[in-house]
Amino acid sequence: MNDINQKRVVAVTGLNAIDSPGPGVPVIRAIKENSEFEVKIIGLSYEALEPGIYMHDYIDKTYQIPYPSAGTEELLNRLIYIHEKERIDVLIPNFDAELFNFIKISPKLKEIGINTFLPDIEQFNSRDKSKLSELGKKHGFYVPEDKILHEVTEMKTIKEDFELPVVIKGKFYDAIVAYTLEQAEKAFLSIQAKWGLPIIVQEYIKGTEINIAILGDGAGNAISIVAMRKLYITEKGKAWSGITIEDEELTDLARKFLKITKWRGGCELEVMLTNDRKPYIMEVNPRFPAWIYLTAAAGQNQPASLVKLALGEKVEPFTSYEVGKIFIRYSWDLITDIHEFQKISGNGEL
Amino acid sequence: MKVRKNIAMNEEGFIFNPSTGDSFSTNILGVEIISVLKNDLTFNEITELVCKKYDVDKTAFEKDLEEFILQLKEFNILN
Repeated sequence: MNDINQKRVVAVTGLNAIDSPGPGVPVIRAIKENSEFEVKIIGLSYEALEPGIYMHDYIDKTYQIPYPSAGTEELLNRLIYIHEKERIDVLIPNFDAELFNFIKISPKLKEIGINTFLPDIEQFNSRDKSKLSELGKKHGFYVPEDKILHEVTEMKTIKEDFELPVVIKGKFYDAIVAYTLEQAEKAFLSIQAKWGLPIIVQEYIKGTEINIAILGDGAGNAISIVAMRKLYITEKGKAWSGITIEDEELTDLARKFLKITKWRGGCELEVMLTNDRKPYIMEVNPRFPAWIYLTAAAGQNQPASLVKLALGEKVEPFTSYEVGKIFIRYSWDLITDIHEFQKISGNGEL
Repeated sequence: MKVRKNIAMNEEGFIFNPSTGDSFSTNILGVEIISVLKNDLTFNEITELVCKKYDVDKTAFEKDLEEFILQLKEFNILN
């Protein structure tokens, strides 16, 4: 058990902030604002231009880690090296593409004293975009019809199964609404070039976009459920502004999801609420979303609660949050120095 | 015809629906009408109340009230 006065060392990935921002910096902001424990934050980055690396008010030290494609062994070795220097208590990965590796090595991390609070591989796979339809049909969730494609030529057959428009999605990221077959083929190739195969073709559902940030205890119970309606949506479909809302049906949906999957850790349900109030689950993201700081601002600090859960501490489920809290994202040009850039790109540490 | 129970409204006429995140503005008379709707007054009772209080033509007000109520329903403020 940790000494309550001792600074907890929390390592966080996802420090990028492009037009589809990573959740790392908001996760750190929420953790640092908790009033129960002190923290030292270790950033884990992939690229030298991830802005979080240079945000020294939020991150005490950053280390580069190998890309997910390098495999689990290289990742583990790098983390062992970092751990020897920093004595990490809790590690929070925030990218979909890296999660599989982190879940795989989590028992080994635990052995050396690094705690995580992640779903197991089965839970992780059950919400995969390519299996969403299966999850919905099995458990009675509204989900859009979809089809998994492995070749662009298969796109010619989609008119048999779908009415246009359709949504073309990558395995990990990106979604493009295609109104014609030509647009669909173009979207297929563009996403394939970025994220590889397969490509998912999904039924287009019209409605109000709502996201639900969830923290599950791993036993089927909710520690926190916060629903947010997107107020301003970027071309990439990301919420650039949103407001907390309270809707019992949406909370029940999240509870049902947790009960069925016994989700352990943070995740996000992307929901499309149709005009006749059918909540379609469009996607389940297996980590905290980039808007996660809003949960802390509304009174349910999910990232800080996850740190406690990872350390084996008891966390009482939250019962309410402030409705009508709004986030408005903005961009800010952070100025740094070439010497800082040199340190992270040359030495892999800053 | 009932105002949804969780609808929040202040005296300046700012209305917030916490279930949907939608917000609206109305004028002083709108505030008055929504307030009496919260007290379960009927269409005729509201008409009578407003026509007694303000110098307004009953037929014209009924038309406006009907339109206003339709809007409230459309915005999910009324059941």
